Amino acid sequence: MSQLSAATAPPEPAEAGLSEAAKKIEGRSPWQLAFERLRRDRVAVGSAIMIVIIALIAIFAPLAKRITGHGPAGQYRDTGLSPAGIPVGPNGMFWFGTDELGRDVLVRVIYGARISLLAGVAAASIAVLVGVVIGLAAGYFGGAVDTVLSRFMDVVLSLPYLVFAIALVSVIGSSMQVSIGVIAFFSFSSVGRIVRGQVLSIKEKEYVEAARSLGAGNMRIMFVDVLPNVLAPVIVYVTLLIPLSIVFEAALSFLGLGVVPPTPTWGGMLSDAINYYQVAWWYLVFPGAALLVTTLAFNLLGDSVRDAFDPRYNRLFAAEE
Amino acid sequence: MSTETLLRLENVVKHFPVHSTRLLRRTEGVVHAVDGVDLDVRRGETVGLVGETGCGKSTLARCILRLYDLTSGRITFGDTDITELSRRKMRPHRKRMQMIFQDPYGSLNPRRRVGPIIGDPFAIQNVADGEERKRKVQELMELVGLNPEHYNRFPAEFSGGQRQRIGVARALALRPEVIVCDEPVSALDVSIQAQIINLLDDLQDEFGLTYIFIAHDLSIVERVSDRVAVMYLGKIVEFGPTEQIYNHPRHPYTKALLSAMPSADPDVAEARERIVLRGDVPSPIDPPSGCSFHPRCPKAQQHCVDVEPPLEVKFTDPPAHRAACHFPVGDGEVLAHATPELALDTEGDVL
Amino acid sequence: MQLLTVEDLKVSFPTPDGVVEAVRGVSFSVDRGKTLGIVGESGSGKSVATQTIVGLNPGGKVSGQARFEGRDLLTMGRDELRRLRGAEIGMIFQDPLSSLHPYYRVGWQIMEMIRNHTDMTKRQARQRAIELLELVRIPQPHRRVDDYPFQFSGGMRQRAMIAMALALNPKLLIADEPTTALDVTVQAQIMELMQRLQDEFDIAIILITHDLGVVADVADEVLVMYAGKPMEVADRRSLYYRPHHPYTVGLLESLPRPTNKGQRLKPITGQPPSLIHPPQGCPFHPRCPYVMDRCVSEMPPLDDADGGVAGHRSACWLPSDIAGASPELDAQRLDVAQRNRTAVAAAPEGGAR
Ligand SMILES: Nc1ncnc2c1ncn2[C@@H]1O[C@H](COP(=O)(O)OP(=O)(O)OP(=O)(O)O)[C@@H](O)[C@H]1O
Ligand SMILES: Nc1ncnc2c1ncn2[C@@H]1O[C@H](COP(=O)(O)OP(=O)(O)OP(=O)(O)O)[C@@H](O)[C@H]1O
Ligand code: SF4
Ligand SMILES: [Mg+2]
Ligand SMILES: [Mg+2]
Repeated sequence: MSQLSAATAPPEPAEAGLSEAAKKIEGRSPWQLAFERLRRDRVAVGSAIMIVIIALIAIFAPLAKRITGHGPAGQYRDTGLSPAGIPVGPNGMFWFGTDELGRDVLVRVIYGARISLLAGVAAASIAVLVGVVIGLAAGYFGGAVDTVLSRFMDVVLSLPYLVFAIALVSVIGSSMQVSIGVIAFFSFSSVGRIVRGQVLSIKEKEYVEAARSLGAGNMRIMFVDVLPNVLAPVIVYVTLLIPLSIVFEAALSFLGLGVVPPTPTWGGMLSDAINYYQVAWWYLVFPGAALLVTTLAFNLLGDSVRDAFDPRYNRLFAAEE
Repeated sequence: MSTETLLRLENVVKHFPVHSTRLLRRTEGVVHAVDGVDLDVRRGETVGLVGETGCGKSTLARCILRLYDLTSGRITFGDTDITELSRRKMRPHRKRMQMIFQDPYGSLNPRRRVGPIIGDPFAIQNVADGEERKRKVQELMELVGLNPEHYNRFPAEFSGGQRQRIGVARALALRPEVIVCDEPVSALDVSIQAQIINLLDDLQDEFGLTYIFIAHDLSIVERVSDRVAVMYLGKIVEFGPTEQIYNHPRHPYTKALLSAMPSADPDVAEARERIVLRGDVPSPIDPPSGCSFHPRCPKAQQHCVDVEPPLEVKFTDPPAHRAACHFPVGDGEVLAHATPELALDTEGDVL
Repeated sequence: MQLLTVEDLKVSFPTPDGVVEAVRGVSFSVDRGKTLGIVGESGSGKSVATQTIVGLNPGGKVSGQARFEGRDLLTMGRDELRRLRGAEIGMIFQDPLSSLHPYYRVGWQIMEMIRNHTDMTKRQARQRAIELLELVRIPQPHRRVDDYPFQFSGGMRQRAMIAMALALNPKLLIADEPTTALDVTVQAQIMELMQRLQDEFDIAIILITHDLGVVADVADEVLVMYAGKPMEVADRRSLYYRPHHPYTVGLLESLPRPTNKGQRLKPITGQPPSLIHPPQGCPFHPRCPYVMDRCVSEMPPLDDADGGVAGHRSACWLPSDIAGASPELDAQRLDVAQRNRTAVAAAPEGGAR
């Protein structure tokens, strides 16, 4: 269409569109944009790689058993303890040294990664799932539903969780499942509150009203219009919740409330190690370092994810159009 | 335009309760957002709705679309009384009424592609599926001047004007009879506003649409409307044919509103008798007695404080032109110089 | 000498997506008692230009000059600039809600402002705050001085902002869209107030707006900006009655005005430009109905238009004597344009990117 007819003939020319033949037709979703930003962020890529490595180590833990020839619960009193019964330091046979029972710390740290990651990811996932559902319901329906659910979340948040956890475990006994349940129970409220706040603001958006004016039902509005828009902060929170849960699990194990021995966990190892660290520093340092590196990687990734979803960035991207 | 009344509002009232504390949910008072509105809209016409922030324009629009339940009153659409229809019963009627929103950024879900957004009406009303839906959406995009190839783009990738076109396309999808436009161009740049106005105009010609056009820009309302209703604090204070309202305003508020209208013409701006109203719009929680405009009105007298004026024909105006004022403004009357007779509690509040 | 003279101001921001050239060479000046209107669409660089002058634009790369009573604001030290800001240059921003701190009383905020720049006692500052509120016609100022911002309506907040901006008798007032968020009747109040205060105190005002209607009333001179560049400068009458630049003409014709009553509105086609990749040549050429060959490659200088009456200048390659907006003039412009373009340039899409 020539500019002449464009200026004189109604209706208006199909603006802009025409000039953009060279541009990509397929739009990039906000998720893609955030992902691209993440990919350009070196800290994010570094910590993601770290997390993948840790996960691989956990998955292929039996390989470590094969290579070293040491099982996670195996006690190697002949080779792993000095004649005086003292743990031996890192050497060619026990790279990370041994513990007071002559067990291989390396193998135990590697097997401990399984518990930590599993507990962290499982507890965080359950917490998020429950938190999102409750937060969504509270925020979307408001009124009495909101009052009840919000009060419930407030109560949970104000409980002294360690006391509560100790009481619970002493009643039903400790196990992996109980640990995960306890962690999830004490974490879902914060997710729920975040989601509720987001839903409250998104509910007032005009696009929700537009859907309603078209006759859309509650379910459709909740899942098509509201939920996708609250996911960004939830994802950010998940990346921070996983390390929290890992530490929580470690704390429970440390207190003897977590996974039952002899299954190796980082928290449990640390707990045992404090009795021996003067003679066996490796016993304390390696599980501690593993815990630190894992939580740090998740936290750094979380920060980057938050930056990638930062709406200020989005505005800049939009301004480019 | 025919004389067939398509939409009739009778004494429509919408109050919002104001709660004090969250725990006990005690009701403190009510916001009189819409406080007894009568309005009839004929098929094919454009009714302009003007008034200041908070006077209830959007609330009225949402009542018409039954996004809110009325506190009282009645809305008849065609021959159906839609006031009390349940959500399910309302659904088929939703096809016939649509809305265009003010905020081209807020009215489109940022996480969805524009194709599905425009296709929502088909999806929700189960009208078309799959390829057919896509084809229909692309036709709509073409109709409103968007490139159909941008079907898979996200709202953020469009400019304000283009987003507003997306909103128009969505509203048009089900070929409605009435479209309520809630400040459709307020958020757009001046250079883009006219594009949308012309688009709405063309669509009206093509599909015989009826518009309720809400705006606070009086010069745009003058261009698009056949009749104009002026709202103040939840009530319609003047209603009539556009040229009547603009050339022979009867209500002092209408007169003041028109005089405050910025004019992109220095001569007109200089020659204008500008009435600067004192004070601000009172709170709709506790609207003034009698004529709710009386605390700011240059003509107010004791009678205005005591008695609420009905909406009726003034002087020798045509019957279609009605105003709610005890002391209507005559043609040629200079309001800026009228001294208020009421001693008001606004010491020093006169500009 | 003019109170403020800005010359060849350029501001750019590096962003992850490229350099945003927000202001690309703008010059203007304003004298005491005069009002300069700056109009242009969203993103044309109006706010960035004025904020840069007063040093409120962190992160931007700035060049050019801004002389305020002979001193260059752009090279001035931070502290000196801060003292100037508030004391000699007052500012009002678009959003009155966010410019007042929500948790402090309005009067306290005005007092703080005064006490930061003078050695008044608390008592005196409070007295001054009350006077100022009275000056901007806040009813019962001695009582309202202790209100919080949320207790004020939008119009009152904007008036409080004006009071604050005027607290120290500035010589220059920069008002960035002071009425955009307000109703027409409140807008009329605020504009009236600003004019009265200008007459009373002989202040220079820079009024930024995207509403041509607002400046038609009050501006002595108007600067039209587009994509960070000045398109046209003229006194108000020349601008409205004898516009030269096609963008100005387009803006005026797209408005419902008494002069085009009964006609269909004539929008400016196309979309606002990208500032990361601004169009080559004349930035308006992708949307200009009169685009000619050289427009696509060469930026026209800001030169005298319409005989340069009262400093009327425009940056457009069209003959300088075609000024005004009417169908005949449109035809004339089109005629010139057609004689000066090849088929390639005639396609508006051709040069869009
Ligand atoms: N959901 C609600 N709850 C309580 N009060 C409300 C609600 N919606 C609107 N109001 C109040 O009702 C009055 C009318 O609001 P409405 O949005 O209809 O005004 P409006 O004329 O559309 O204003 P604007 O020009 O700013 O859009 C206002 O005082 C507003 O604060
Ligand atoms: N700190 C910054 N970093 C990057 N870009 C910026 C920054 N500040 C402003 N910009 C960009 O500079 C351009 C000019 O902005 P500016 O605020 O001056 O526009 P404006 O003319 O005032 O528009 P409006 O009418 O919307 O206020 C915009 O595209 C904006 O996105
Ligand atoms: S004629 Fe050329 S120089 Fe003038 S505005 Fe149009 S494109 Fe720009
Ligand atoms: Mg509204
Ligand atoms: Mg700005």
